[in-house]
Amino acid sequence: MVTVKVLGSGCANCAKLEKTARQAIAQLGIPANVEKVTDYAQIMRYNVLQTPALVVNEKLVSAGRQPSIGEITTWLTNVVA
Amino acid sequence: MTTQTQPTFPPNRSDWKLPALTVGTAVLWWLVWGQLQNLADWLSYTLLDLSADTHLGESVNFFLYDVPKIILLLGGMIFLVTLIRSFFSAEQTRAALGGKREGVGNLLAAGLGVLTPFCSCSAVPLFIGFVESGIPLGVTFSFLIATPVVNEIALAMLFGLFGWQIAGLYLGTGLVIAVVGGMAIGRLNPEKYVEDFVWQIRIGENVPGVTYKPSWNDRIRDAWQSTREIVGKVWLYVIIGIAIGAGIHGYVPEDFLVRIMGRSAWWSVPAAVLLGVPLYSNAAGVIPIVYALMEKGAALGTVLAFMMSVVALSLPEMLILKRVIKTRLIGIFIAIVTFAIILMGYLFNIVIR
Repeated sequence: MVTVKVLGSGCANCAKLEKTARQAIAQLGIPANVEKVTDYAQIMRYNVLQTPALVVNEKLVSAGRQPSIGEITTWLTNVVA
Repeated sequence: MTTQTQPTFPPNRSDWKLPALTVGTAVLWWLVWGQLQNLADWLSYTLLDLSADTHLGESVNFFLYDVPKIILLLGGMIFLVTLIRSFFSAEQTRAALGGKREGVGNLLAAGLGVLTPFCSCSAVPLFIGFVESGIPLGVTFSFLIATPVVNEIALAMLFGLFGWQIAGLYLGTGLVIAVVGGMAIGRLNPEKYVEDFVWQIRIGENVPGVTYKPSWNDRIRDAWQSTREIVGKVWLYVIIGIAIGAGIHGYVPEDFLVRIMGRSAWWSVPAAVLLGVPLYSNAAGVIPIVYALMEKGAALGTVLAFMMSVVALSLPEMLILKRVIKTRLIGIFIAIVTFAIILMGYLFNIVIR
């Protein structure tokens, strides 16, 4: 089970990132849990300065930009493998 | 959820295609740019059969010339700005500002505030991240003032419509406001106006941050993407702004505005700023209006002050910042920036002939 966290305070960009992450998961067909983290104290634990940020299995993989679906599948396969 | 076929990563395009496409677009851009007036004249005086001597003809011609001109300008400039900004990041900025003294720190923060890619929705994590890593509040504020005051869209459009001198003046003024404003806030011991929870947050310092190291193709692709996104978001404002501008251009008599917005009307600067503060619009929509007003005799300082107050102080950003700083400091922030813009308006009206 992969845990994916989308960090950000619910702006349009965060919703967009969450959607891309869900598409990447669906494309790979792996079991994964997507969580939205909106609490700043929680967000800051990952040492991010810009949102939206993406965390895969507790590892920060992207911050402050919209990664492509292909990048996200690469990160997901890296943890699954 | 439906599974769609998505482009794979890395993209299948071979390396030279995207740069080649970009160069081709740039050439096409340049060719169209040179023919804009001919195109507008043909459309309004030949195709629509309007007379150049009528108010309607003048307005329509102005509109048909300015819409493609400003859209082209906006697209080209956003592309370049995004490309330049891809070489900067908030993480590098934080590292650069660490341990800098007041003054030098404020100047650096203001400059980096202009160059660092930044979305106002990230204002809170950025604020906490800066403050918790020991960057003084005054320096942090120089950054937070510079980002909205020096608006890249406004800068690009001033450059295209008025030339580099006025764009440079706008950039320089914005930087001065950010440096002085941040230093002024730094003197007020603003720590007490920061919400208490900010001081309790512990950032994961041993957590490695991410560094995004894009290739040239990534940078170009990102620039294309944000150009599409921003132009898609503001084109309607641009058209509305130009329509208002076109109305002013065709129907308002020459020199009509000299009395109320000219250099000799001393009260016009504060009036323009006070009018602009509660208004919040996109820079892309304000500038066509500004351009038309100036044509009719409004003074540069007055209209620039109006534009800066519209663009720089936005309600959505204040609401976001309110989560980390108390209302009192928001008030001080607005007051300092407003005052600085008024001063700059007067300065321009005195200096620029």
